[in-house]
Amino acid sequence: MSLKKSFVLALSNILYDKMRSILTMLGIIIGVAAVIILVSLMNGMAKMMTDSFAEMGLTTITISTTNRGGSRTIDEEEIYAFRDEHPDLISGVSPTTTISGTVKYQTNSVTTSATGVSEEYATMKSLELQDGRFLQYQEIADYKKVCVIGSYIENELFGFGSALGESIKINGNSYRVVGVLKETEESKSGSADDVIYIPYTTAVRVSRSGTISSYTLTAPNQEIVTTATDALEAMLLEKLGDSDYFRVTNLLSLLDVATEMLDMMQILLVCIAGISLLVGGIGIMNIMLVSVTERTREIGIRKSLGAKGRDIMSQFVIEAGTVSGVGGIFGILLGSVLAIVLGNLLGLTATPSIGAVLLSFSVSVGIGVLFGYLPAKNAAKLNPIEALRHD
Amino acid sequence: MTPLIEFKDIYKIYQMGDSAVHAIDGISMQVYSGEFLAIVGPSGSGKSTCMNIIGCLDVPTKGSYFLDGKDVSHMNDNELAEIRNKKLGFIFQQYNLIPKLTVQQNVELPLLYAGLSEKEQAARAMESLERVGLADKAKNLPSQLSGGQQQRVSIARALAGNPSIILADEPTGALDSKTGKDVLDFLKKLHQEGNTIVLITHDNTIAAQAERVIRVADGKVVYDGIADIRKFAPIAHAGDTEVEQ
Ligand SMILES: Nc1ncnc2c1ncn2[C@@H]1O[C@H](COP(=O)(O)OP(=O)(O)OP(=O)(O)O)[C@@H](O)[C@H]1O
Ligand SMILES: [Mg+2]
Repeated sequence: MSLKKSFVLALSNILYDKMRSILTMLGIIIGVAAVIILVSLMNGMAKMMTDSFAEMGLTTITISTTNRGGSRTIDEEEIYAFRDEHPDLISGVSPTTTISGTVKYQTNSVTTSATGVSEEYATMKSLELQDGRFLQYQEIADYKKVCVIGSYIENELFGFGSALGESIKINGNSYRVVGVLKETEESKSGSADDVIYIPYTTAVRVSRSGTISSYTLTAPNQEIVTTATDALEAMLLEKLGDSDYFRVTNLLSLLDVATEMLDMMQILLVCIAGISLLVGGIGIMNIMLVSVTERTREIGIRKSLGAKGRDIMSQFVIEAGTVSGVGGIFGILLGSVLAIVLGNLLGLTATPSIGAVLLSFSVSVGIGVLFGYLPAKNAAKLNPIEALRHD
Repeated sequence: MTPLIEFKDIYKIYQMGDSAVHAIDGISMQVYSGEFLAIVGPSGSGKSTCMNIIGCLDVPTKGSYFLDGKDVSHMNDNELAEIRNKKLGFIFQQYNLIPKLTVQQNVELPLLYAGLSEKEQAARAMESLERVGLADKAKNLPSQLSGGQQQRVSIARALAGNPSIILADEPTGALDSKTGKDVLDFLKKLHQEGNTIVLITHDNTIAAQAERVIRVADGKVVYDGIADIRKFAPIAHAGDTEVEQ
């Protein structure tokens, strides 16, 4: 018998008893929906994570040093020299010294921190300016008291007015605002808009320690980050003598760790979803077994009309596959809608991937066929005379 | 001329614990193409067992059954299914239509298992429904039809595959006398058109409508001859009421 015809017959069978069909499909619907939701949300989360890492700069390498007890130190000249020797490994260098404190303009004040950086920092971090310009080499060389501020600071101190050219006080010292950065994160406190950049030379001079404890560097591309990190570590170890005195980190390795964790979580969640699909499959087997018993007479009639064991077998297998396939489609629809709704609530872009949809559809059809096999085999084995006598 | 049905000393023995039930106890008979045969007998005499063997739903314990010259007594399930599909058309007492399928789909079933194309299935099913005068009910479900109509659908289904033998087991058993008579008249008409019909009944008056009667009792043939009620009914089982008629 043609596949199309058996499929149509299976569909009309589903429609004949809608309530039971829906109950049969429920396990599959829930299982498939769970798979779709989980995979979509995980993908959304992974995407959000990579995006924010990318924003922070995956080519960024950070060096932090602790000078406790060590007689040997390293200064910025040596870091710059390393860059000049290895332009293939390091493209940008900026010492970074953070001072925290209160920033004031007239009567307005805000508690935040200012970061001392070099003139290269804007390029390294792809900072975009809304007004004015970034710090310049000469200002750094001359220990100038100038600053570039984020939009959050401008809003807090100047309201709707412009900060450009005005002087603000950081811990009592006056700094002239030479540039205002473009808003990136809705000007929230603690965000990338809550920043003040000043020349690192100035920062070192006003800070208590008087030394540079960390450096931000960039590699020319992501592929080279690990090599560059290793080379920096080797150089620092040679200069400082002990790996306890410094740390070289990059976001790429952090991302790897985070991705690994996310992958593990995904495996766990998919296992859970798999269990619910299994339960759905057992539900289908259960109903198919009942259905074979109920339809014993039908099987007898079909056999008396010339149906062979394999005809009956394929009829029930196709029916089980169709039931769970249709359930799978419902599950995909339900799961997609819920994934998008939940994604919106969580602030993620959780669109179900084609892969997840295809996979869960074929898994649900497969489960139907697999779990429909045993009942179908029972049906195929029935003796026609006994089956006809059944009522 | 080879007989269409030939039983050679057929036995069907059921082993019930220690005792053996001889449902058919050595029957030999020959039925030729174009005959209208009624097998009659009281309850438990072995009619249904006989019909199951003729209908290739079951195989005999002993003896040989030749259908259209071919020995079918030792065939396997798949071969028997093939024979049922090609050579036999069943009409059951309980109509045995599949309730979920439309009238047309029911009639298409034997054609479906014969591997006909969908177009051909539909065409032949409609043709067959036309013959029983129910073409207009093709899209209905069996439950929307009267008992007599349902039995006519089952006749249409039996005819659809153009079988060599039409086997009817108590076809009027579930119908009132009027519709029962219609069904019988239809079977007679089919016979006149040249079909071979084997009718199974416990009712002598119905058996008398046939051309030839085989009377069975306790698994044995006790009468085989023309359908003259005076000839086969006097030796009827004591429980049969039709004797007086
Ligand atoms: N599967 C079986 N197992 C054991 N005994 C059986 C089986 N089928 C039939 N029999 C026995 O064989 C005998 C003949 O049964 P059968 O069904 O052929 O009778 P019948 O003439 O059709 O009766 P009725 O008119 O009541 O339908 C009976 O005694 C019955 O008990
Ligand atoms: Mg019987």
